[in-house]
Amino acid sequence: MTAALLRRTEAPGQAGFDPKWLIIGGCVVLAVYLGVVPLGFLLWQSFFTPQTAAKAAVLTLGNYREAYGSPDTWILFWNSLRFAIGAALVAFCIGTLLAWMNERTNTPFKGLFFALSVIPLIIPGILFTVAWILLGSPKIGLVNLALQRLFDTDAVFVNIYSLAGMVWVDGLHYSPVAFLLMTAAFRAMDPALEESAVMSGAGVLQVASRITLPLAWPAVFATLLILFVRAIESFEVPALLGLPVGIQVFTSAIYQAVHRYPSQIGLASAYAVTLLALTTIGVYFQSRLSSSGSKYATMTGKGFRPRPIDLGGWRYVTTAIFLAYALLIVVLPFAVLVWSSLQKFYSVPSMEALQRLTLDPYRTILSYPNLGRSVWNSLFLAVASATLIMLVTSVICWIVVKTKLPGRWLLDNIASLPMVFPGIVLGLAIMILYLYLPVGIYGTLWIMLIAYITRFMPYGLRYNTTSMLQIHKELEESAAMSGASWATTFRRVILPLLKPGLIAGWIYIMIVSIRELSSSILLYSPGTEVLSIVIWELWENGQYVELSALGVMLILGLFVLVLLAQWVGRKFGIRDA
Amino acid sequence: MLSVTGLCTEYVDERGQTIRAAHEVAFEVPQGKLFTLLGPSGCGKTTTLRSIAGLERPRQGEISVGGDVVYSSQRSIFVPPNRRGLGMVFQSYAIWPHMTVFENAAFPLRVGRRKLGKREIEERVLRVLKVVALEELAGREATRLSGGQQQRLALARALVMEPRLLLLDEPLSNLDAKLRERMRFELKRLQRDLRITTVYVTHDQSEALALSHSIAVMNAGRIQQVGTPREIYERPGNQFVADFVGTTNFLDAIVGAPAAPPGYYRVSSALGEMKVRAVEVLQPGEKVILSVRPEDIQLSETRPEGENVWEGSVDQKVFLGEAVDFQVKIRDRALQSRAHPSLRTRVGEPIYLRIDPDKCVAMRASTT
Repeated sequence: MTAALLRRTEAPGQAGFDPKWLIIGGCVVLAVYLGVVPLGFLLWQSFFTPQTAAKAAVLTLGNYREAYGSPDTWILFWNSLRFAIGAALVAFCIGTLLAWMNERTNTPFKGLFFALSVIPLIIPGILFTVAWILLGSPKIGLVNLALQRLFDTDAVFVNIYSLAGMVWVDGLHYSPVAFLLMTAAFRAMDPALEESAVMSGAGVLQVASRITLPLAWPAVFATLLILFVRAIESFEVPALLGLPVGIQVFTSAIYQAVHRYPSQIGLASAYAVTLLALTTIGVYFQSRLSSSGSKYATMTGKGFRPRPIDLGGWRYVTTAIFLAYALLIVVLPFAVLVWSSLQKFYSVPSMEALQRLTLDPYRTILSYPNLGRSVWNSLFLAVASATLIMLVTSVICWIVVKTKLPGRWLLDNIASLPMVFPGIVLGLAIMILYLYLPVGIYGTLWIMLIAYITRFMPYGLRYNTTSMLQIHKELEESAAMSGASWATTFRRVILPLLKPGLIAGWIYIMIVSIRELSSSILLYSPGTEVLSIVIWELWENGQYVELSALGVMLILGLFVLVLLAQWVGRKFGIRDA
Repeated sequence: MLSVTGLCTEYVDERGQTIRAAHEVAFEVPQGKLFTLLGPSGCGKTTTLRSIAGLERPRQGEISVGGDVVYSSQRSIFVPPNRRGLGMVFQSYAIWPHMTVFENAAFPLRVGRRKLGKREIEERVLRVLKVVALEELAGREATRLSGGQQQRLALARALVMEPRLLLLDEPLSNLDAKLRERMRFELKRLQRDLRITTVYVTHDQSEALALSHSIAVMNAGRIQQVGTPREIYERPGNQFVADFVGTTNFLDAIVGAPAAPPGYYRVSSALGEMKVRAVEVLQPGEKVILSVRPEDIQLSETRPEGENVWEGSVDQKVFLGEAVDFQVKIRDRALQSRAHPSLRTRVGEPIYLRIDPDKCVAMRASTT
């Protein structure tokens, strides 16, 4: 053996240019370009007058003057805050109550709780909102009709077209997010802390309010911030429920400013910069909170679950709460969509209407001229963005986690930067950028691909980071010692070991891409519609039954994808995000 | 075969401070020998090994393997690890969990610069798996191996490309005590049979003594002493080496006159006048430290003949089965001694000690 190895001497010396720097450099440049350039352009644009054929753009503070000089803006600001805070509180209260019931009490049907947590993934915001319009509108809303029949009056009980209605729908839609976050917080807590309160003589409610919640305070605050950011970014609910009655928030105001004639892009940019400032503050505090969270750490590392509190007769109450919740978030919205999708023209349920059940809307929608193309566009965008994001972020993540390159923390932050972009702001920024850059992708599918990749890059990064941290550095070093180049090591060792995270992240990005509306709404042109845009158009045209039919099929499709994601997660032991 | 000169490494810790991990490290390893870097954790031994591997880039120095310079700060040469053609076994074994046993071992042959045919790869992999007695398990998932099997697979993977140099980073530290002892013999037999030049890193002195042709004891980034296991154990060069390798008794003393033969001195210690052997030239009046191994203190109930004899009393004793450890008190100074279990002197009874001047090593007080 030794004789053979003596013959094998390699020429030592300086290895020339290593091609690995091409791949690494390419990924870094791409991440920086996607994360930074649209933001810069948006800021720049907000200081200029619109460019026209006759007149070049001029530097101005006019957009901000117009935006902030008008009292309407302050109403807008106030509406946005009330809407976002309200929705965050609704979501938080519902989610926390459910999380506490699930983690700490002996409420029956606990196994079903987690099944509900994927609802926002399965029912896209626009469908959830439409379903709630069918339930809560003053004229045709089923809730109103049922209550009116019950009490035999003409009074309007609920009006979904109001700030309260917007808060309710958005809060309800994001309550599962609060549920997941608070469940994690409850699990991280040492049950002995609560048990000792019980031993001191405290009752169930006293323990919850005086021990559990104060201890979970950092998690509470972080959850509220996340919900606030999500709500203030939310576009579907304000657009569908607020605009018809003139309640504007920043997202819907941006949309209107762009769609006015002539479109006021400068004004939209000024709004967008304000909105961006709000979300940035939220995300900043949330990340500060999670990095300083260790001093509140209540983990003890003992893997025992606390004995659930016996609620006695009260558990029928909690069961009722749980069933009511399931009714509000899944059963009613989905049922009303299914009902509506089986009608020729939308009509409220009655024996008479039951006679007229038809599959016509499905036939109509399947022969809808744009449908085939939009399905293809949606699928193409979903697959392409998921694949590219997962590959590019795997390299970025490798740099951040595995190397000691100076400035790698900056790279991490830049790639996570799109997290602060509300979808509509990102759409606006990218629209402006490629209106000015003469690369000829404005109005094509490629501009939407860029938007999707930018928007969902942080998710890819997060999935890859989780699995990258689990790869021992010696697994990589031993490949280098075996003679493998960087590219070979990456392809044959790193990527296969990342596989669980890669697949889970890939499916997740597929799902969120298919639902994407708020960026697409500013970027699509005839020919590049995606499924969510078709739904939006059907709504604008008043084709409710066809919309419902498409919605039901979309929900079922997304449901399959989510099941697939959970199966992958279980198989490879990766938790859902 | 391997030559390391003037090696200095630095790294920056979490607080941004520059830490020196290895300082002016230099040694040579002849062809076919097993060389051990021994020291406590943080002494720079692993950093030195990783610098040889190319996984770390030193600040200064030169490393050459078989005459080829793989690193030189002066000539700014740095051959990346995948071009050095060295085999390495990692502390965690780093067995790739997504490959079978065969694929793990075949990896170096598949990714190397020289393209090998399918048949040749198979032949060589099976040959090396046979060497480590894993040929039966070639098709098994690598995750379904026991600790000892993983260790052997890591070794097979390091050997399969017939490297010029084998680097072992604490390869036995993750095994349980019984298995570790067995693998120690296996490793020694394998190294001696294949006559492959090996650098071995460990913090376990008995491992180092059992396996090595030659040992470098390191502390605080510097090599303290290089020698054969016997030299290191019997003639420690300074207090750190004497203390780190094996158990020893230390005594303060002041040098008197030189004695015969050359290298021996008379000194006065807490025990009184005695004759000792020095590892370096000493001047009369110098302060020194004496090191005496417990097994080199001969105990007897009757007064023995010769030099360096004292009478003391048994303070404590511990029965260990194959030996008895005595703690003997002489003028309030306690010495630890190891004796054959046949010596049954009771606690509190008088006992005689004799220390062979050859086994009583005098050294200058260590500065590190």
